[in-house]
Amino acid sequence: MTLPLFKELTAPNGKKFNQPLGLFINNEFVKSQSGKTLTTISPTDETEITDVYAADAADVDIAVKAARAAFLNPAWCDISPAERGQLLYKLADLVQQHEEQLATIETWDMGKPYTVAKAEDLAESVNVFKYYAGWADKVEGRTIDTGPNKLAYTLHQPVGVCGQSKTHLIFTKKTYNNRFNKMAAWKLAPALACGNTVVLKSAEQTPLSALYLAQLVKEAGFPPGVVNVLTGYGKTAGAAIAGHEDVDKIAFTGSTATARHIMKAASVNLKNITLETGGKSPLIIFEDADLEQAVKWGHVGIMHNMGQVCTATSRILVHESVYSQFIEKFKKETAKVSVVGDPFSEKTFQGPQVSKQQHERILEYIEHGKAEGATLVSGGTPHGEKGFFVAPTIFADVKAHHKINQEEVFGPFVVIDKFSTQEEAISRANGTQYGLGASIFTKDITRAHRVAAKLDAGMVWINSSNDSHYAIPFGGVKQSGIGRELGQYALSAYTNAKAVHVNLGTVL
Amino acid sequence: MSLTQTIELPNGVKYEQPLGLFINNEWVNSVDGGSFEVINPTTEKVITSVQEASEKDVDIAVKAARAAFEGEWSQVTPQDRGRYLNNLADLFEKNRLLLASVEALDNGKAVSEAQGDVQAAANVFRYYGGWADKVHGKVIDTAPGKFNYTKQEPVGVCGQIIPWNFPILMWSWKIGPAIATGNVVIIKSAEQTPLSALVAATLIKEAGFPPGVINVISGLGRVAGAAISAHMDIDKVAFTGSTPVGRMIMKAAANSNLKKVTLELGGKSPNIVFDDANVDDAISWVNFGIFFNHGQVCCAGSRIYVQEGIYDKFVEAFKARITKNVVGDPFHPETFQGPQVSQLQFDRVMSYIEHGKQEGAKIECGGGRHGTSGYFIQPTIFSNVTEDMKIMQEEIFGPVASIAKFKTLDDAIRIGNNTTFGLASAVHTTSLATAIDVSNRLKAGTVWINTYNALHHQLPFGGYKESGIGRELGKAALANYTQTKTVCINLAGGKD
Repeated sequence: MTLPLFKELTAPNGKKFNQPLGLFINNEFVKSQSGKTLTTISPTDETEITDVYAADAADVDIAVKAARAAFLNPAWCDISPAERGQLLYKLADLVQQHEEQLATIETWDMGKPYTVAKAEDLAESVNVFKYYAGWADKVEGRTIDTGPNKLAYTLHQPVGVCGQSKTHLIFTKKTYNNRFNKMAAWKLAPALACGNTVVLKSAEQTPLSALYLAQLVKEAGFPPGVVNVLTGYGKTAGAAIAGHEDVDKIAFTGSTATARHIMKAASVNLKNITLETGGKSPLIIFEDADLEQAVKWGHVGIMHNMGQVCTATSRILVHESVYSQFIEKFKKETAKVSVVGDPFSEKTFQGPQVSKQQHERILEYIEHGKAEGATLVSGGTPHGEKGFFVAPTIFADVKAHHKINQEEVFGPFVVIDKFSTQEEAISRANGTQYGLGASIFTKDITRAHRVAAKLDAGMVWINSSNDSHYAIPFGGVKQSGIGRELGQYALSAYTNAKAVHVNLGTVL
Repeated sequence: MSLTQTIELPNGVKYEQPLGLFINNEWVNSVDGGSFEVINPTTEKVITSVQEASEKDVDIAVKAARAAFEGEWSQVTPQDRGRYLNNLADLFEKNRLLLASVEALDNGKAVSEAQGDVQAAANVFRYYGGWADKVHGKVIDTAPGKFNYTKQEPVGVCGQIIPWNFPILMWSWKIGPAIATGNVVIIKSAEQTPLSALVAATLIKEAGFPPGVINVISGLGRVAGAAISAHMDIDKVAFTGSTPVGRMIMKAAANSNLKKVTLELGGKSPNIVFDDANVDDAISWVNFGIFFNHGQVCCAGSRIYVQEGIYDKFVEAFKARITKNVVGDPFHPETFQGPQVSQLQFDRVMSYIEHGKQEGAKIECGGGRHGTSGYFIQPTIFSNVTEDMKIMQEEIFGPVASIAKFKTLDDAIRIGNNTTFGLASAVHTTSLATAIDVSNRLKAGTVWINTYNALHHQLPFGGYKESGIGRELGKAALANYTQTKTVCINLAGGKD
């Protein structure tokens, strides 16, 4: 029996909703050309939630054609910037109205605690859509005075068809499996505000909320083809997007390894790329730090969202004078706050990891840590009998060269070590191929600003961690990525500056 | 005195008209109990009386605003400021017919035009709501060992004095950028048109604004307006109105506490038509340029200069065009031109028409009163107007067009700039070079090319010369309501 295009689902918290299962192209849900599907499971108890249609190269091609046609259609390209903003405001309102359904789907499909999904991720998605709705009629070119013989101006025009994905390129957006709704907003909002069209591929582990969101895109009034949403595997759909010659730009969030493939594939037509990849972000605690706060922020900095955060401050460097104190307090804080359990329960802080594959990876790193001789302070085991749960894990006395110090684990797994001088702290902090986030805990004004300037990171938090805001740019240096999301900075990824020179007097 | 009155409008809209002063999110009577009458310019009859703010009431409003600025409002995030402005936009759209009908009753403009004004006001709120969380300072790298940044901070308590020609639209132009950037306001409507501002004030609390952030008062320019300009605890005054009053406000600001001043004043804007223009299009814009809003527009294209090659053809076509401008009751759907706003304005315009006749300009059409009741004036065209004539130099602010011919582009520029004003201007041509050359050389805050009165919330608007100080609308308006604080942090130790 062929898979229908919609299915009534009932989530573990009793919420009933109509889940689209098809690919969303031209404002319609359709079957994949090949009929191929994939199954998505709940990481909490490993049960199957549903099958959904899975896109292949043929489907990607159809979606790209739809996006291209929409890009050239007056229904999109001839509406005023303020009208584009209006559509985004409408979408924001709809996401807010459907926040319970979207948070439920996120928790069921991905394992994120429901309280967090609703209060944080959904709220932030709404904020992001509204923020970029406000930018739509504020993207301005310039006039540049070079003298009386010329009128020169720049037009800031949309780039075109954008693939956004979590694993593949295409001027589509790819989004991370860790927090889909928020990632979808981060990618869709600035692209649409600037007048582009989009093919968005969700992660194969968590396809459902993107498809649900697609319905709201249609309801908000976006013309057909402006936003297209595909479920699919990175290796097939993602690759197809990356290598597609009619995609003008790709935005990807995911692992550094996959990002390399994307960058290579993007070279087929020199498509514009932005990448948000991995991190092994340091959190430095100086001797004058407020230790209580450093412990609290240090804890959420790595344990939030099951450690599945690209900017997680997963390496903690503590001044030797407060090292053992910190470890004791951190261990206590983790034991108290990191309640592991059913993500639908209000008591839960930490749900399951998103997939079996991720779960196994983390367990492997635990074994590495033990073998390398680091000190296991707590955790270091799976949690429970069913579901992809891992005990929050703390390793201390972790040296610079250790695998667990260099590689991104992407779980509730922190490595801690000590330092004696500021220079040593900076050097240890920068001793990584990554450069996404960094945190500094100190009360001293000179140290705070000096060290912030010296850290190789796209973002530095002073006396906090992962304290992001939609108006502040987000992104990495070194192998953590290319380009910036959020804030005004995201707009430059989605516009091309065209310079127009009017000759007023240079006669040959 | 009761703080509201039930009013039923000619189009059936029935509503509660607030009559009091809106201070601290509450309706109050004036301290001394003063009030003034509001006249309907279509019927010349009294609509109602509203509370009149005296110096004492201005003082109360300032105290409320200051308390809000130093207190609750200072803790509200930029995002929330934007959210409240967006709510206000939604409420304006929801109440569009009501606000437009009140505007038509009080100001005399057609309801259809007023609906456009209310929608434009909603768009302004939404636009500035979107700016609230996007006002950035800078980080400036001067040398190693230093960390420098600037912040754009609100100015503080802002007094805003608005005119009677676009009451509700001007209300939005002032409130939008001031609130978005974190200021608090006391806004005084024009004594001729207080009603729509008071109806709009009923939406402020619902939109979510804390008490004291937006205070709305009715009052006389020479009393409440003067009190605002001279107040020692108002940080900034923004005024839209006539140039003579603008001068008084600037003086009062200087004599009191050197409060910041921005002014949108008068204009006598040139509307220039070249031989190579598309004449039909130009006529439509020239007509709109002077007769829109009954000529009561600061940037009205009231001086029309037509190149001699098409002059005769143009004048005939223009005369024919204005016969299509329907003059009548603002509540009638066909009406384009309603009455002038008041007896005083009616008398002024009629007196300029007399001057024109006496100075020897030729009346092509109009030149008299329209009908027998209400402040209606016939759309009037004077031709063969010379530069020195009063009707060519002074702002009439009525449906009176003055036309003259010109020879060359250089003549057009010289004549166009021959004025103490510099608000707007327009050029009609199909030539790329002419358009750029003329727009470069005209001394005006806006140059329209092949259009007129094309204002938009995204585009900065304001005057050169005696037409004003500062720009409204667009991102530029934010500068009127922010001040730069430079913070310079030394990371490098002692002086030696």
